Amino acid sequence: MTAESFIILLYILVLASYVGFELINKVPPTLHTPLMSGSNAISGITIVGAIIACNVLNYGAISKWLGMIALILATINVVGGYALTDRMLKMFKKK
Amino acid sequence: MNILIQIAYLAASILFIIGIKMLGRTSTARKGNFLSSLGMFIAIFATVIQVEAITLVDILICVIIGSALGLFIAFKVQMTKVPEMVALFNGFGGLASLTVALADFWLNTQEKGLQVDQITGISVAISILIGGVTFTGSLIAYLKLNGKVSGKAITFTGQHLINLLLLIAAVGVSVFALTDFSNPTFMIALAILSLVIGVLVVIPIGGADMPVVISLLNSYSGMAACATGFVLNNNVLIVAGALVGASGIILTQIMCKAMNRSLINVLLGGFGQTSGSG
Repeated sequence: MTAESFIILLYILVLASYVGFELINKVPPTLHTPLMSGSNAISGITIVGAIIACNVLNYGAISKWLGMIALILATINVVGGYALTDRMLKMFKKK
Repeated sequence: MNILIQIAYLAASILFIIGIKMLGRTSTARKGNFLSSLGMFIAIFATVIQVEAITLVDILICVIIGSALGLFIAFKVQMTKVPEMVALFNGFGGLASLTVALADFWLNTQEKGLQVDQITGISVAISILIGGVTFTGSLIAYLKLNGKVSGKAITFTGQHLINLLLLIAAVGVSVFALTDFSNPTFMIALAILSLVIGVLVVIPIGGADMPVVISLLNSYSGMAACATGFVLNNNVLIVAGALVGASGIILTQIMCKAMNRSLINVLLGGFGQTSGSG
């Protein structure tokens, strides 16, 4: 990685973190768990990295298998996370 | 780098921000979750179209297995057991970040014989450390809420000292790993150390404090994804990871306040067992 691209990534990190800090305020207690679950699903974004890691053509490569394991794990996180959050929020509406 | 893919990643990032914002209000929460999942779909789609056609089958198989397991857990679980399932999902996310970082490191240094630069090396080490702690920490939180591990605070003398020494050891092996990338032993040692640290930091915390711990570990998994973004030079991983990492810390503080506890108190452990739940 060049110093220039590292600095750009660092800018992205700092600004996105600031947005993250400002996004959450005065959340009603009933939403604590859904918010935790929903943002947990977002942290499954690592699925993008897992897909890239799977993109190795050699089946004898350890990296390929690590990538595929990561993809299964990340998919559980993403799909399960969103589905569980939606199930929770659906119950709220019925009340 | 394809401009359309980058625009798709930008769109996904915006949807994540709007999604988290809307999840904080009762009237918009469900729509917020939908928008965030739409963002995730866009990010995944933009990534899948860049891969080699042959690997598409592998990817599809992994995604089908993961989706089936994820949906099965999400729909089967009783609503009272939601926090422990969030912990479990979160643990998988942490392990995925560790594995992706290790896969990329292995591909470059062992299989391609390339020399990676120090920034990438440090990012790999951070991904492994935070991802590993998130995985076993979340697993212990899951087992505690489940009753398979005692919900009581498990403490022993010298606990904090041992944790500190392990953390120093983790930093030590990272430094060794950075001096010689051709030798993967140190990165593997770091992975094992981080898994042990994850167990030891959560085990002294009582079951009643677990929701706070899960929220904090959720924030960690965001940071792990963010570090993986630095490994892969990928913007959307950094944005989404940083959003979850930062908003997770704020949410953790809010939850602490709601329970009349201080975060330091929770993390030092040994207090939460009196409340009885868990």
